[in-house]
Amino acid sequence: MPVTTDSATEHSSAETVLSIRDLSVALPKGADRALAVEDVSYDVNRGEIMCVVGESGSGKSMAANTVMGLLPKGVHPVQGEVNFLGQNVITLPEKQHRALRGLKIGMIFQEPMTALNPLMRVGAQIAEVFEAHGQLTPKQRQERALELLIEVGIPQPEKAISAYPFELSGGQRQRVMIAMALALEPVLLIADEPTTALDVTTQAQILELIRDLQRRRGMAVMFITHDFGVVAEVANRVCVMRHGKIVEIGEAKDVLENPQNPYTKALIAAIPSNAVPPHRETSQVAPLLEIKQLNKVFRSRGGWFKSAREVRALDDISLTLARGETMGIVGESGSGKSTLGRCVVRLEHPDSGELLLDGVNLSQLKGDALRRERHRVQMIFQDPYASLNPRTRVGMAIAQGPMANGTPKAAALKQAGELLDLVGLGASAVERFPHEFSGGQRQRIGIARALALNPELIVADEAVSALDVSIQAQVLELLEELKQRLSLSLLFITHDLRVAAQICDRIVVMQHGRIVEQGSAEQIFLHPKEAYTQSLLDAIPGRQAPVAATA
Amino acid sequence: MSFFARFAQNRGALIGLIILLLIIVMAILAPLLFPESPWRMVQRPFLPPLSQEGFLLGTDTMGRNVAAGLMHGAWVSLLIGLVSTSVALLIGVPLGAIAGYYGGLVDDFLMRFTEFFQTIPNFALAIVLVAIMQPSITSIVLAIALVSWPPVARLVRAEFMSLRHREYVEAARLVGQTNSTIILRQILPNTLSPIIVLASLMVATAILLESALSFLGLGDPNVMSWGYMIGAARTVIRQAWWLSFFPGVAILLTVLALNLVGEGLDDALNPKLSRER
Repeated sequence: MPVTTDSATEHSSAETVLSIRDLSVALPKGADRALAVEDVSYDVNRGEIMCVVGESGSGKSMAANTVMGLLPKGVHPVQGEVNFLGQNVITLPEKQHRALRGLKIGMIFQEPMTALNPLMRVGAQIAEVFEAHGQLTPKQRQERALELLIEVGIPQPEKAISAYPFELSGGQRQRVMIAMALALEPVLLIADEPTTALDVTTQAQILELIRDLQRRRGMAVMFITHDFGVVAEVANRVCVMRHGKIVEIGEAKDVLENPQNPYTKALIAAIPSNAVPPHRETSQVAPLLEIKQLNKVFRSRGGWFKSAREVRALDDISLTLARGETMGIVGESGSGKSTLGRCVVRLEHPDSGELLLDGVNLSQLKGDALRRERHRVQMIFQDPYASLNPRTRVGMAIAQGPMANGTPKAAALKQAGELLDLVGLGASAVERFPHEFSGGQRQRIGIARALALNPELIVADEAVSALDVSIQAQVLELLEELKQRLSLSLLFITHDLRVAAQICDRIVVMQHGRIVEQGSAEQIFLHPKEAYTQSLLDAIPGRQAPVAATA
Repeated sequence: MSFFARFAQNRGALIGLIILLLIIVMAILAPLLFPESPWRMVQRPFLPPLSQEGFLLGTDTMGRNVAAGLMHGAWVSLLIGLVSTSVALLIGVPLGAIAGYYGGLVDDFLMRFTEFFQTIPNFALAIVLVAIMQPSITSIVLAIALVSWPPVARLVRAEFMSLRHREYVEAARLVGQTNSTIILRQILPNTLSPIIVLASLMVATAILLESALSFLGLGDPNVMSWGYMIGAARTVIRQAWWLSFFPGVAILLTVLALNLVGEGLDDALNPKLSRER
C-alpha cells in the first residue's frame, strides 16, 4: 500500500499525483493508425485541473483509460510509464489495480444515463462503492451516501437517495455520478467529457460543482473535453492533442490567450465566436413560412395502473420566416424546438394551428397530397451516421428524392453528382457507400440530399451538434455559402447559442414549448429582454474567460 | 473484405457449407447412381452394411437398398426444407413488414392473427393439417410452412419497428417516397441479415419436422425420406441398428451443417460483430 506517498503529500501543493512518461498505446491491426497515442508525457498535480483537449480520434481519452485499466480489447500500452502516486499502473497486477479504482481514482463518464444502473436506487449505487472496497457498515454507507448527495448539491437529497436514475434529470444524474466518484475521497478525479450530453445551463452548474469540489478537497482533476469553451472555464493547465500526439501543453491562460501551435490556433478560432454576431441586413420581403398558433401535445397511453401523461411540446407557437432568411430556434432539451422542426417538415402532425408555406397550409395535408408537397421543405438531420441508409450508395441516396418526384434515374444520378461537387465531395462519391465517409463528409451528403429537390425551406435540426469544432465550422461555412448562392431560407435548430450566433439572422428562444423571446441575433446577444435568455447567455462556457483570436 | 472471405473466416461455417454441398451432390447423383426406385426390393432383408458387394449400407426389413433410400431421401429432405421455408418467408415477411411499418390497429390485428397460430403447438398443428389434407409432399410442405411463419413475422415486425424511426427512413419520407418504396427499398434491405440467418435455421427445423411426421407414418407414401426410414426401422432397432443409424446421421449432419452456415452468414452479414472476434 502506498501509505508513505499518501502522507508525504501534505506539505507540497504542487505534488505530482499522476505522471505519464513517454506513453505509447497500440491500436489493433487494421485500425487507421498504429498507435492511439504516441510518446505522450504530462503530469497532473494535486490541486489543479488538467484539461486534455482534442477532437474525436485524437487519443485524448487513451491515457485516462490506461490509468483506469479500461482500455478496450486489443488496445494496449507498448511503451512508457503511467505513474500514479509512485506506482506504475501499467505493470500493476489486476487485483492491486482494482483496489486503486474508486479508492484513489474516481471517474465520471459522459453519459450519466448509461453509467448508472437503471434498476438500482441512487443511494444503493453510492453505497455499493463502499461495499466494493469493504468499507463501513450498511447503515453508515447510507449516511455517507446522503452526505455526498448533499455535497454535490442535489435538490431534495432525502428524496433523491431512494430515487431511480430515470427519475432524475440529466444534470442530477451527473451529480450522482460525481458523488459516486468522490465517495472514497480519491486523490485523482478523471472526468471524461462529463458535460457533453448536458444542456448549457446544466453544464455551467456541473462545471461550477467540479471546480468547487476540486478546490475544497484539493484533488487533482484530469478533465477530458473537446470544447475550448469548457477549457477556458475550468482549466489550470491544458494539453492539446491531435492524432495521438501532444501538440501543445502549458498553463491554461498562456495557451488560450497566446497559442503557439497552428492547430491550437485553428481550434480556438473554430470555436463559434463569442463576440457579438455581426449586424445583418434583413430584407423583410413577403414571408415564406408563417406559423400560426401551432400546438402539439404528446400523450403517453395510460395503462391500468398509471394515468396518461401529457406533454405540451408546442404551446401556441406563432412566427414568420422571410424568404432568404436564416432563423435560429434555440432551446435546451425538452423545449420543443425539435418538435417544431419536425412539424414544419410534417414528420409530426400538429394538433392545431396553421403552417403556411407561401400561402399553402401544410398542416392539414395528408397522404398523397402531402407527399406531393414534401419536396418544398427538406431537412438536414442531426446524426450523420443514422441519417444515411447504410446499404444505399451515396449517389442513389441523393437521387431517390428526385426519382420519387418523377425525374428519370439517369438524370437524377447525374444531378446527384453535381450536388456532391457543390458540397465539396466531388462527383466520384456517387458510387461509394456511406460508411466510407467521415462524420463531416456524411453531413455534407445529407445537405446534398436536402438540396436535391430544390426546396424553398430547409430545416436543419442540430445539424452540426455531432461534429467536431473544426468540422462544425466548415459545415456552417458551407451552409452559409449555399444559402447565399441558392437564396435558401433556413430554419436552424440548435441548443448552442454560439452556433446560432454565427449563422442566424434572427433567433427564437424556446422553453417548455413556448417562445420566450425572439429578435435579431444582435438584439438577443446584446440586449436580451428575458431572464431565461440571459441565463442561457451566461451559461455559455468560456464567455467571460479570455480567449484569443475570436475571429 | 469480400462477403465470402468474411464468411470463410468462420471455420465452422466453411465446414457446414462443405457438408451441405456434399448432401446436395448426393441428392443430384441419386437418380444416376440408383436409377431404380428406392422402394424396390432388391436383396434379402436385414443385410448388414459391407456384407455384400453393391450394398454398402445393407438392406432393410423388406430387402430395400439403404444407400439408395438415403440418397433419394436427401433430395426429399432438402426439397421440403427449402420449399417450406420459402413459403413461410412469403407469408411471414410481408405480414411482419406491414405490421411493423404501419403499427397501430393494423399491427394489433396482424399480431393477434399471428398469436392465434403461435398458441397451438407447432407439431400438433402440423399433424392435424397433414392428416386433414392427406399425406403428400405438397401437404407436408404446406403444413410445415403454416406452422413456421409466425417467428418470421415477429422478427420482421420487430426489425421494422426499430428501423422505421431511423433518420434515413424519415429522410426518405421527406423526399416524398411512397410507403411501398420505403418498405422495399429503405427498410427491407436492412432487415435481410437476420431474416437470412433465421431462414437457414428454419430449413433445419423443417427437415426435422418432416422426419418427425414421416416417423409417425404421415409422410408421403410415394417418396422415400429419412424420417420414414427411421420410423420404419424403429421396431427392429435392436436387430438392425444400421437401418435407423444412417438416416439419423444424415439428418444430424444436415441440420448441423445448416446451423453452422446460418451462424457463418450471421457473422458475414454483420461485419461489425465479426470484426470484434
